[in-house]
Amino acid sequence: MYKNPEIAESLKKVEATRQARFEARDTIKRMTADEKDAILRAYHPDYKEENFENLIVGVNKGDKVPHELAAYLQAHSRIKGKNIDLENPKYDVDVLVIGGGGAGSSAAIEAHNAGANVMMVTKLRIGDANSMMAEGGIQAADKPNDSPAQHYIDVMGGGHFANRPELVAKLVSDAPEAIQWLNHLGVEFDKTEDGTMVTTHGGGTSRKRMHACKDYSGAEIMRTLRDEVLNREIPVVEFTAAIELIKDDEGKIAGAVLLNMETEEIMVARAKCVVIATGGAGRMHYQNFPTSNHYGATADGLVLGYRAGAKLLYADTLQYHPTGAAFPEQILGALVTEKVRSLGAQLVNKDGVAYIHPLETRDVNASGIIRECSDRGNGVPTGTGKAVWLDTPMIEMIGGEGTILKRIPAMYRMFAKYGIDIRKEPILVYPTLHYQNGGLEITPDGMTGIKNLFVAGEAVGGIHGRNRLMGNSLLDIIVFGRNAGKESGKAFKSVKLGKLTLDHVDKFEAELDKAGVKTELRSPKLLPNYTTRKDI
Amino acid sequence: MENMVNIYLFGKKYEVPASLTIMKAMEHAGYQLVRGCGCRNGFCGACTTIYRIKGQTELKVCLACSTQVEEGMYIATLPYFPLVKKVYDIEKIKPTEQIMMQLYPEIYACIGCNSCTKKCTQGLDVMQYIAYAQRGEYENCAEESFDCVMCGCCSSGCPAGISHPQVAMLARRLVGKYIAPNCDHLDQRVEEIARGDFKATVEALMQKPLEELKELYNNRDIEK
Repeated sequence: MYKNPEIAESLKKVEATRQARFEARDTIKRMTADEKDAILRAYHPDYKEENFENLIVGVNKGDKVPHELAAYLQAHSRIKGKNIDLENPKYDVDVLVIGGGGAGSSAAIEAHNAGANVMMVTKLRIGDANSMMAEGGIQAADKPNDSPAQHYIDVMGGGHFANRPELVAKLVSDAPEAIQWLNHLGVEFDKTEDGTMVTTHGGGTSRKRMHACKDYSGAEIMRTLRDEVLNREIPVVEFTAAIELIKDDEGKIAGAVLLNMETEEIMVARAKCVVIATGGAGRMHYQNFPTSNHYGATADGLVLGYRAGAKLLYADTLQYHPTGAAFPEQILGALVTEKVRSLGAQLVNKDGVAYIHPLETRDVNASGIIRECSDRGNGVPTGTGKAVWLDTPMIEMIGGEGTILKRIPAMYRMFAKYGIDIRKEPILVYPTLHYQNGGLEITPDGMTGIKNLFVAGEAVGGIHGRNRLMGNSLLDIIVFGRNAGKESGKAFKSVKLGKLTLDHVDKFEAELDKAGVKTELRSPKLLPNYTTRKDI
Repeated sequence: MENMVNIYLFGKKYEVPASLTIMKAMEHAGYQLVRGCGCRNGFCGACTTIYRIKGQTELKVCLACSTQVEEGMYIATLPYFPLVKKVYDIEKIKPTEQIMMQLYPEIYACIGCNSCTKKCTQGLDVMQYIAYAQRGEYENCAEESFDCVMCGCCSSGCPAGISHPQVAMLARRLVGKYIAPNCDHLDQRVEEIARGDFKATVEALMQKPLEELKELYNNRDIEK
């Protein structure tokens, strides 16, 4: 239901060219390596140098990060000027998991399996996480025509070969077992009658290895993990954020300072191991992009780790998902799953031209949309900006009537609420800030340079290099979440904590001062402020 | 001039742009949300909200993140709903009718009032999936309830005290683990990896010079 005359006129062209595009769909060329390189350099937001700056404080001094991240990495501690009683911790546990998404839940379950006394803290609720919103699927090379090696090549190529090889090897080799683990927990994957997994392509995959649970893949995985955490009666302290890490006098991790989000009470949790599973950073709105991320995605883990002296890797690379909803305004930035393209929907410009292969990698397709909507002048005006079409009715031409309700019911529902029937009408899309490719650097055991400080999930850097493929983040939260749980579940047994200290926080403050950083900001950010008020 | 509407947040009147969702309207009015806000896109069930339009009698429920404001909306958010979640060991339970009777016996007290279905923010036939659960038809229950975001609205008016989303959660886990056909190719691949069948090829790739790896990537065959 597109009433705007400019949109309606363009829509007519899309409809008029649909049959011809459908017939010629297998002839759309993929870009060469050089063409991809050129389009990224010209149009990808990661290459817009004016939107980055070099850090002047901390272990990554001199490294480039987005302005918005630099501001929070180099801000004051939320406990600056406060007296924290480290001698009488409110909580005392073996393993403290910070974050209640898929990585944190997987870590909690495995640490619990290993016999640890585990506690989870999360600033929202368990399950309020990007994991819950992952729609498209999860990769694993479990079909006869596929192999971990094939998966490895796709991951490295997708990440522009910047990935840490040892992390990628772990990701792809542990993938099938991750799927099996989830299946045994009761996750309902899409299967045929004989139990064969229904798998599709994602952008940049060379084999159909995208497993899915309709287009509620992340929700199905997340709600099952949450149910399992609750079944094990692992304590989950909700609406409680970690605002600083605590070390002991030997420099080992020793817990975290917590903040009750509602009462603002500050508490201390002592822990022999800590797992940072705080997720991404979409709500930082880098370069003013809208985001597909959940409300709490504010790079907290990066800030906590950085102030404690853990190193960042590739914090300058972000993923802009090519297909964020661009219309109607109410869902601006919301994710339109890549599965829509996996199932055959083409990206089409205002004149009805399928200007690119729909399954180029995300960074390339995002750049392609930005090019159509800027230099080429082929974008459709939406009222809030420009966009291109994602021609969803093609899905039913290819897969048969009923495919949309069966395979992408969430997408159908999201647009139907605003009077758009995606079975009959295409939708308007523009890139949305989707994923933090970089993060804290870890070794394959999940540990940072700080002893017994583990990281899992989107807060890790290096697994996906400079661009992540669809279906590899649901995979990475399970593989590296479980891994962090198992490793911390082993490590805590031999830990003897010394005297607890927050000296690293004072040291960081002194460094800020020395570097001449003038700021009123306190970090981590914890939540974005979308009010129109000036007083907060 | 932007088109504005009057809404009532917890009884207090605010004028907000008509294009906003309830969630964005609350923020526009000055609320810095801590509770009742999660994914902001209809997947997490954090922002359950009840409302009544001025002059109408029907009390409606929705997700604040994906419902547009209307003139005369009286709005109250329900950021937490106390559902009953029974604890069980997924490894030990069996997908029989008894398990529902044991864990959620209240489902058999359903009087068929259909209040749950009317209140579902996802438009699911909740009463139907409870009927499937009663009969031990877990596959049907799982399918019918699959799009549930577990917001709890359905349970808010249930005279039998059923926690519908938790019943469905149990059914889905039973189906996923015990009832859906086993995936043999997955088991086989996990075994092969455990045996070390792929170790050498992956290690060889890890050692490859960048140029060779690029060559492999750029010329890899892509499954049709």
